[in-house]
Amino acid sequence: MTKYIIKRLVGMIPTLFIIVTLSFFIVRIAPGGPFDGERALPEAVKRNIEAKYHMDEPLIVQYGRYMFDVIRGDLGPSYKYKDYDVNTLIAVSLPNSIILGCMAMGVALIFGISLGVLAAVRQNTLLDYIPMSLAALGLSIPLFVFAPFLQQVFCMTLGWFPTTGWFMNDAPLRTMVLPTVALSFAYYADIARLTRSSMVETLRSDYIRTARAKGMKNSTIVFKHAMKGAMLPVVSYLGPAFAGILTGSIVVEQVFLVPGLGKFFVQSSFNRDYTLIVGVVIVYSVILIVMNFIVDIVYAYLDPRISYK
Amino acid sequence: MNKFNEAKVLLEVRDLKTYFKTDNGILKAVDGVSFTVHEGETVGLVGESGCGKSVTNLSIMRLVPSPPGKIVGGEVVYRGTDIMKLSEKELRNIRGNKISMIFQDPMTSLNPYLRISTQMIETIRLHQDMTKQEARERAIHMLKLVGIPSAETKIDCYPHQFSGGMRQRVMIAMALSCNADLLIADEPTTALDVTIQAQILELIKRISAELKTAVILITHDLGVVAGMCDKVCVMYAGRIVESADTDELYANPLHPYTRGLIASVPKMDGNREERLFSIEGQPPNVIDLPPCCPFHPRCDRTCEVCRHAYPPVKKTGNDHYVACWLNCSEEEIQEAMKGGAN
Repeated sequence: MTKYIIKRLVGMIPTLFIIVTLSFFIVRIAPGGPFDGERALPEAVKRNIEAKYHMDEPLIVQYGRYMFDVIRGDLGPSYKYKDYDVNTLIAVSLPNSIILGCMAMGVALIFGISLGVLAAVRQNTLLDYIPMSLAALGLSIPLFVFAPFLQQVFCMTLGWFPTTGWFMNDAPLRTMVLPTVALSFAYYADIARLTRSSMVETLRSDYIRTARAKGMKNSTIVFKHAMKGAMLPVVSYLGPAFAGILTGSIVVEQVFLVPGLGKFFVQSSFNRDYTLIVGVVIVYSVILIVMNFIVDIVYAYLDPRISYK
Repeated sequence: MNKFNEAKVLLEVRDLKTYFKTDNGILKAVDGVSFTVHEGETVGLVGESGCGKSVTNLSIMRLVPSPPGKIVGGEVVYRGTDIMKLSEKELRNIRGNKISMIFQDPMTSLNPYLRISTQMIETIRLHQDMTKQEARERAIHMLKLVGIPSAETKIDCYPHQFSGGMRQRVMIAMALSCNADLLIADEPTTALDVTIQAQILELIKRISAELKTAVILITHDLGVVAGMCDKVCVMYAGRIVESADTDELYANPLHPYTRGLIASVPKMDGNREERLFSIEGQPPNVIDLPPCCPFHPRCDRTCEVCRHAYPPVKKTGNDHYVACWLNCSEEEIQEAMKGGAN
């Protein structure tokens, strides 16, 4: 197992290398550049700026220069946000996204799994219909409708929470509640539905019938005999989902004014802010790769038939 | 004469009915089955696929998946108490403790996510007041009894590390680890290859004799029945059409279906040039069966009355029961014809 973990960690390097290379060239294929505006810059000014950022050199030299920087851990200066480098921008915004993402995922997991299991055990009763209708809503209501709706109800009408802000207004924790709820809703929907369907399937399997024939209590059957098998699909969903939620959501950040990474994801590509785009992509890929790696390890822990050598 | 007729009655199934609600109508999987198991006796339940053998036994343990299945009538009396009337908690006390089951497919019947030791120890401790260590020793003892080599180390394996035959041995060990006095074996050898089949059957026979456990053996293999069972019930379309002591049934089969079944067993000393006998047609769909003998379309001795009414169960000899109009008197047939005409 240790050998496998080391092998996987080493294997991440070429994967990341390919991702960086591809995104470096792909963003440059897109028409326009970081310094193109409504009005074209005077030729001399443009040449000066490009020289400053080494953009006058051949592409392959720029690539070499960039790779060298990335290996040292320097993601370069932002082309758009002058006086900031990409490292700073990510360092400032990523923690906020991670805090929000972890909170939201925690809420989604707690409610998704418990209500999903409940729905499976009490199939075709009210305890099944209510969580599943909620999940259907979570899947179908877009976030940009749901988030303002929460603001309307809980901020404007009831006045329980501040409409926007992040760790401020003298009530740091209260600012987190609504963004967390908004972000977790869709994830709750996925997790609850996945949990329910795989639990229903597991409870119909032969080894559960064996457990019943042995005289086991229903609760023991669900939690001891069925849970491990039923969690496998949920775990494999969690890898990519976690990577997605940790890197922020543009909608939640915009509506609740959370200074997260999601904004840069979208803005940097509109701005053709080459270094920022690649920087954000690198962060996302690292998280995704690490998450999938953790999922594989958890899989081996849950299912003894899987072993890695 | 069956030596168990003198023994105490262990389990009595009376007029058991289990129906399934389907989109096409009500499926009468088990429709009025009655039989008796005495202490230490081995009863065979034979019939084609889909005739209700497995559902009968799941119903005895109230393990029929519900919905869609429902036990709509009948009694299952175990040592004087009707299992159908027990609470969930009382029922759990019987399941796995007094009545145990082993299933058709050992590959899927053990929990793949838990160690053999976990699964066995939890069963033992569920029904017996033992410490973990005592339960573990008991489990190892049972595994040795069913012939698992080096049981002390093998007990901590996961099921996927065992072959099919080994897993079925583990199932048997687990089923018998609580001194059950009735073992229900639902086609225990269908998923295994022939040499392993013989070993597993031999094992069930030996252990049930050793532990004085009664066995209900579900199978469609008449050879198995002849070798193992004291009494046989032949099922067709959710009912028992004939039941008798094994020797009596083979020597003197009365129902045309039983005769057909026995005739279709290949004989080692028979004429190899001849085609093997087989019963014509398909088993009936048990949804919306008309009130007639369900076997009559395939029967070679059909008469008028077979299309009109279900034959009553007749006692024809010592513990030999059959439900066929051929064994009824002329008056009864006349009576049934009149009833059918109305």
